[in-house]
Amino acid sequence: MSSYAIKLDNVGLRFNLNRERVDNIKEYFIKFLRHQLYYNVFWGLRNVSFTVQEGERLGVLGLNGAGKSTLLKVISGVMKPTEGTLEVHGELAPLIELGAGFDHNYSGGENIYLYGATLGYSRKQIQEIWKDIVEFSELQDFIDVPVKNYSSGMRARLGFAIACMVEPEILILDEVLSVGDAPFRAKSEAKITELFNKGVTVIFVSHNMEQVQKLCDKAILLEKGQVVANGDTESVCAEYVRRMKAGR
Amino acid sequence: MTKALRFHWNNFLKYRFLLKEIVRKNVRLQYRDSWLGMAWTMLQPLLFSLVLAFVFSVLFKRSDVGGVPFFVYLLSGRLMFSFFSDSTQRAMRSVRQNAGILKKVYVPKYIYPMGNIISTFITFLFSLVVLVVIVIYYDIHGGTVQGIHYDHFSFGLHKRVLFAVVPVVILLVLSMGVGLLLSSISVFFKDTEFIYSVLCQLLMYFTPIFYSAKEVQIGGGDIASWQTELLKKILRANPLYGIITIFRNSIFCSPGQIVTEFPGYYSFAQLAYTSGFAIVMLIVGSFVFYKVQDKFILHL
Repeated sequence: MSSYAIKLDNVGLRFNLNRERVDNIKEYFIKFLRHQLYYNVFWGLRNVSFTVQEGERLGVLGLNGAGKSTLLKVISGVMKPTEGTLEVHGELAPLIELGAGFDHNYSGGENIYLYGATLGYSRKQIQEIWKDIVEFSELQDFIDVPVKNYSSGMRARLGFAIACMVEPEILILDEVLSVGDAPFRAKSEAKITELFNKGVTVIFVSHNMEQVQKLCDKAILLEKGQVVANGDTESVCAEYVRRMKAGR
Repeated sequence: MTKALRFHWNNFLKYRFLLKEIVRKNVRLQYRDSWLGMAWTMLQPLLFSLVLAFVFSVLFKRSDVGGVPFFVYLLSGRLMFSFFSDSTQRAMRSVRQNAGILKKVYVPKYIYPMGNIISTFITFLFSLVVLVVIVIYYDIHGGTVQGIHYDHFSFGLHKRVLFAVVPVVILLVLSMGVGLLLSSISVFFKDTEFIYSVLCQLLMYFTPIFYSAKEVQIGGGDIASWQTELLKKILRANPLYGIITIFRNSIFCSPGQIVTEFPGYYSFAQLAYTSGFAIVMLIVGSFVFYKVQDKFILHL
């Protein structure tokens, strides 16, 4: 029996798109009483099934609006699937839009604790890696400065350092490999490669086929919320190119 | 059922550090850039009560309520009420404020309203220090009420003062229930925020903070007019009234002081009503929050 890290079985996510936006109580009640609350049903994901084995690196390809980010949200637990089942085994850390969990009035050092806690780590775990995070982000001199005074590059570096240093078992990457200047980018790529070599399970979302081919050993292709290709990176990339050309 | 409970318990254990971090952050940041820092938690209610006491004593010649110096009476009610209104309003906004995180990372959503209630509770406990100091001061030095000098008021230095913990806990439970309910509604309807701030203002006047429910009277000399009785009923229906009354009775209790409307320092009916109300509110709030939390993400 092989152990899988993530397993999706027939996952579907339905959105009820309001035809008109109703966001105040008065309108809601009037429409509710008149039975005028109409929705357009839209499936963001439908019949999505795949398995990611432990230590496997899965690339998720697809054009804009294909459902890539929605899929990541379902896997990370932000959204609950409307139908189907999802199983995740292991600590999961998303590296999506770095720095969302920072409080701007808090200093960088304090934010390491806050952000780590948001990712579900304990005080002890964060204490152990606090120094490494500060060192990696190269913010030693600014660690007591409130984050509101950081540049956007400093903020991104800190966010990246936290998410990488906690060494999750499952890493979710949403096109974030371009953080900071060239030296830092090289350093962060090295860190990610190091994580890869340790056998972390990765889900990598990108438009960039070259990166996917370089990093992933399996891939899926999404189109309109459905999986249209699933297999080794080469064949899925080929299919992606074919569909892009056909679309034009 | 038990499986679901165990899942939520384990999840809570995993994220309890986040709860602590949010509480710590809110408490630390509240007064970070001010010179006096945490002293403001005590200074602010003190100054507020001094202003009100000054206004009332000059304009309305008010010096005491049932033998309790007006300033102390005011401060005790105001501290309790502002904890309730501050904590519920913060909890209400917390889910929307943290939309950026909730959209990106999985976090148990109740952590945010709960964290805000608890951090407000901690600053509230700090601010109680000022009340304790004043009560002890009056106990030792006495004071003058209605031209009569009392050597001491024997406010707090008796065993009954320990009973003050009970209304404080009831108030905390009530705030959690109301906070959870409001935070889940306000995700769907932003109007809630505006409506509730007005409601809070109304609630403040319907809570005996700077008056005593005993003296409420509508109309001229006819004390037992039906309007007066109705108004008193409405006042008593407000759980904050009961909570604040029990709180005051346990700290200001001597034979000469009759803030209380009944013999003894609390009535069982009032205690049962307020604690029952608070527990029901917590259950309703948690239930509603639990039911709708998965839809938050679609509206944030």
